[in-house]
Amino acid sequence: MAEQHVDLNTKVIEMRNIVKKFGDFTANDGINLTVHKGEIHAILGENGAGKSTLMNQLYGLYRPTSGEILVNGKQIEMNNPRDAIAAGIGMVHQHFMLVQPFTVTENIVLGTEPVKGVKLDMATARENVQEISERYGLSIDPDAKIEDISVGMQQRVEILKALYRGADILILDEPTASLTPQEIVELIGIMHNLTADGKSIILITHKLKEIKESADYCTIIRLGKYINTVKVADVTQDELASMMVGRQVTFVVDKPEQKPGDVVLEVKDLHGVDYRKVEILKGLNLTVRKGEIVGIAGIDGNGQTELVEIITGLRKASGGSITVNGVDIYNKPPRFGFVHGVSSIPADRQKHGLVLDFSVEENMVLQNYKDPRFANGPLINRGAIREFASRAIEKYDIRPAHCEERPAGTLSGGNQQKVIIAREVENDKDLLIAVNPTRGLDVGAIEFVHKYIVEQRNKGKAVLLVSFELDEIMSLSDRIDVIYDGKIVSEVSGKDAEENELGLMMAGGGTHE
Amino acid sequence: MTAIINELGVILYATLLYTPPLLFAALGSCFSEVSGVVNIGMEGMMTAGAFSGCVVAHFTGNPWIGFLCGGLAGALFGMLHALATVRLGADQTISGTAINFLAPGVAVMMAKSLFNSTDTIPLMPTAKIPLLFKGAFDTATVFGTFMKNVFTNYATTYLVFIAVIVVWFIFYKTRFGLRMRACGEHPQACETLGINVLRTRFLCVTISGFMAGLGGACVTMAITNQFRPISIVGQGFIAIAAVIFGKFRPQGAMLGCLLFGFCTGLKVVLGNSNIISAQLISMIPYVVTVIVLILFVGKSHVPAANGKPFVKSK
Amino acid sequence: MNKKKTLIDVIADSRLIHTILSIIIGFLVGAIFLAVMKIPVGEAYGMLFKSIFSNTKNLSYCIVYGTPYIVVGLSVAFSFRTGVFNIGAEGQFVMGSLAACLVGILCGSLPKILLIPLCFLAAAVAGAIWGVIVGFLKNKWGINEVLSMIMFNWIAFYLSNFIADFPAIHNEGTAEATRTVSDNARTLLPAGLIEKFNLCPTANWGILVAVILTVVVYFIIEKTTLGYELKAVGFNKSAADYGGISVNRSILTALAISGALAGLGGALQLLGMGGRISIFTSQEGFGFAGIVVALIGVSQPFGVLLAGLFYGALTYGGGKLNLVKAPTQVVDIIVGTVVFFIAISSIFGAIRYLKKSPQKGGSKS
Repeated sequence: MAEQHVDLNTKVIEMRNIVKKFGDFTANDGINLTVHKGEIHAILGENGAGKSTLMNQLYGLYRPTSGEILVNGKQIEMNNPRDAIAAGIGMVHQHFMLVQPFTVTENIVLGTEPVKGVKLDMATARENVQEISERYGLSIDPDAKIEDISVGMQQRVEILKALYRGADILILDEPTASLTPQEIVELIGIMHNLTADGKSIILITHKLKEIKESADYCTIIRLGKYINTVKVADVTQDELASMMVGRQVTFVVDKPEQKPGDVVLEVKDLHGVDYRKVEILKGLNLTVRKGEIVGIAGIDGNGQTELVEIITGLRKASGGSITVNGVDIYNKPPRFGFVHGVSSIPADRQKHGLVLDFSVEENMVLQNYKDPRFANGPLINRGAIREFASRAIEKYDIRPAHCEERPAGTLSGGNQQKVIIAREVENDKDLLIAVNPTRGLDVGAIEFVHKYIVEQRNKGKAVLLVSFELDEIMSLSDRIDVIYDGKIVSEVSGKDAEENELGLMMAGGGTHE
Repeated sequence: MTAIINELGVILYATLLYTPPLLFAALGSCFSEVSGVVNIGMEGMMTAGAFSGCVVAHFTGNPWIGFLCGGLAGALFGMLHALATVRLGADQTISGTAINFLAPGVAVMMAKSLFNSTDTIPLMPTAKIPLLFKGAFDTATVFGTFMKNVFTNYATTYLVFIAVIVVWFIFYKTRFGLRMRACGEHPQACETLGINVLRTRFLCVTISGFMAGLGGACVTMAITNQFRPISIVGQGFIAIAAVIFGKFRPQGAMLGCLLFGFCTGLKVVLGNSNIISAQLISMIPYVVTVIVLILFVGKSHVPAANGKPFVKSK
Repeated sequence: MNKKKTLIDVIADSRLIHTILSIIIGFLVGAIFLAVMKIPVGEAYGMLFKSIFSNTKNLSYCIVYGTPYIVVGLSVAFSFRTGVFNIGAEGQFVMGSLAACLVGILCGSLPKILLIPLCFLAAAVAGAIWGVIVGFLKNKWGINEVLSMIMFNWIAFYLSNFIADFPAIHNEGTAEATRTVSDNARTLLPAGLIEKFNLCPTANWGILVAVILTVVVYFIIEKTTLGYELKAVGFNKSAADYGGISVNRSILTALAISGALAGLGGALQLLGMGGRISIFTSQEGFGFAGIVVALIGVSQPFGVLLAGLFYGALTYGGGKLNLVKAPTQVVDIIVGTVVFFIAISSIFGAIRYLKKSPQKGGSKS
């Protein structure tokens, strides 16, 4: 469908035999990439396959160890992003590169600010920004501060930043990571508008469905090596998946039928405010029983973060009630909830889940360091902690092996997550709360995490799963609650869930007004 | 009544006399902190400026050459701090602490070597920073006396307030200011936009040293008229405090410094009265700062990347 | 993974070796400054080392000087390890010293066995309070702790001067100082012992206290659940909170312990060396010396013990430099350089790359 815009006679980007080494580690090992004018070219690979490294070289953030880069047929040496920008390349990073206390306009013009004499010309800047946002149909508020606008608008600001610099080639790094299904459709529309305008887009992603929906060509990278470039129309999702992973992948999670038992978590009429003191939970009700996984589907910012923080005691609610196994844990400190049966895999593993400067074994007892198993009165029992950690490292296959004394920060993201999973599963509490448990993990690690979550359910534990990945919610949950505007607006059983319908409910359609 | 007006004039005079050293340094500190580098070495850089300003003025007889050299000496140590923290990824607190030992050590050692083992460098009255508006007011009237008391002040006093305006303009109205503030908030974003974070920070830390040097030179060239090892005792830290107090904005830092200068002025005037203990009066600036913070200021937004080394990927 | 470690690797990885290299460089830079000023380097350094090592008297002086530095260094190191930067050790030291002085004068009739512990207790409490106030201001009103510590350093300084002027404790003569504390409060070694081993007149038991405190601090940080909590909060407040540790209370605890240590440093200095409080015109800088000692000791308790002795020796030895017409400030230059090179000690790690691929070290365009 998009292919009508592709001009196969004009190669805008050619990367030839790119090798990039960091010390002894080879991140890119002889990668080739050709992008034509008006093309959407997907780069597919697992986390850690070397996609971002490749693109950072195209954008001048890294320099290739060897290989050449041609832009519009001319060989170019990219020493820094300025060279890339001058060559007409723009990049939208996965983690937005926006200065929070600055306005939208300030962020867009930063680095190429219009001046009058020595004075910044913000009036012209604002006009330019507005003009370009109208031309491409990317609506933004030029005077709003970044910290006050939605994730979707932040992304439009990022795209505008590139367009403002006259980019003809846009690199989008995992652009849909935090968008709703509807916003994703919108984004794909924007991408097609841009290619119709003669621009080319490189889309970095590990989501197969998006590639099928938007891209013309796809280059697959695995473990830093070039695998293939295919015409997207000619391949199936399964074929793409096995090229990415190098083996057959099963996305279906094995989950036996089972009848949920007694109520473990009961949340009634919960009210709460966010960090700006704006009410974000507006009377939320929720029940999770033994032996079931309840998935919370919703767009970021509808109260799910606050809900979990309140249940785990990190944030105070302003009204309502919460019980676990009948015990009132409403507005109690984190340790109280923990003692009475709440364990959780936090959304941000590096912020909440781990003390990165602590060793792996020290992290294993983050809530339990005072437990008689690990302490004799005021003294820490290093031997017992070591023993516990060694067993967990082996059981959960945390790598590198024997990493008891290594700082947690030196482990890969997947292994960091395994440390948390090991700790929380071994805590053996009645309720497990998992928030975006597979964010940023590769396929192998995702399978691992899913396996343990389902295993907890099978053991008769109650599991509350909060995720922005709709696929994850749909494949794991027994019941799906849709959260919108601080309330659960509808509930469907996991088997009957349909993506479009869920997406609509998540955006507030159907149930409101 | 006349007596009160005269007293008030003297207090304001003292305020304007004691504010410039702090304010020059505080303005410099704003550059460094806002670009993302904690500069706890202000004290040492001020000492370097206090020494160099005085010694150059002593030998050349020209106060302005001395004043400028004071700034340059501060800038030299600023560059050392920048080299360590920006280029070599050093812990900013450790490097700053090192500067606080190095700079005074070098200054006093040089003083002893130049002046035959004494560590006091005198300054000829002609080599001092000149007083402005001398004899411009009619001292026959109460108002004229008041004006003379307040405004017949050193040129650096006027200079520093001009500097506040210039720095404010740079911060909020120029390209460099916008980029510098962005570097302190989100250096990675700056790097992706082709802004050279390391160079920007290096420059900002050097500027902070230069301004600290000017502040130090104010002490020896406009207040005490001599350099001694204890010329700079704590002013550098007070300047840092004023910047935090002023929420990392030049205009806020100015208020912090004026508050301090005013309290120091109060101390000078009340100190002659013998009613209250001089020690308690000396405590006023510090106690007042804490109280003002509790009552009016509270939490300040620290630049997001402040204190964090930025490692450029290659 | 079983690669044999080469000498280069050892040098590149060992923090101890980095510190030793930094100290060597410090002396080299000091020598350069001396040479530039046409002061015979050999003579100056000879004097420095002679006045440190030549006899038991000098050595004991170095230990006496080093004792308070060790303990203030422990205070700062403890704060570093628990994520607060105790730039307020100066004020806590002064308050501790003041409290010990007051008790030592006003309760002077108590027997030694009671009076000395009482002095230490008062000093620890005073220092702890001075630290906790700052934590309280931060928790309650969000006031930046560095800012308030700088303020409280000066408030302590003037408060000490103010109280030292009270007739009840002020010295009868003309000296701007308090009376000397009761002999029962002094921690001096018995005169016989001092004479027998030819020690300095202020040789005292303080060093034993410093060693004990070193062990205690090590023990708290490494072996207790309290240490675990405080370190967790220091490294990552959010994760500590998530793990059920009360962040605000931990910060107060850390500041209290750090403050108490600085206060004890004040008592050790007073009861061992000074015996009285003088009215000063500027801060004595024990707190800032403590920062330096903590940094040289890389915040490890036993490292701090050695660093405190090193700093004490340099301070004492430096004081003798004017005998050969060399400025004592060369000591500041040495110390400053040492700390500077500890700050940039990553450059020692870079020698590995120099050897492997020489072209890599210089490519920075």
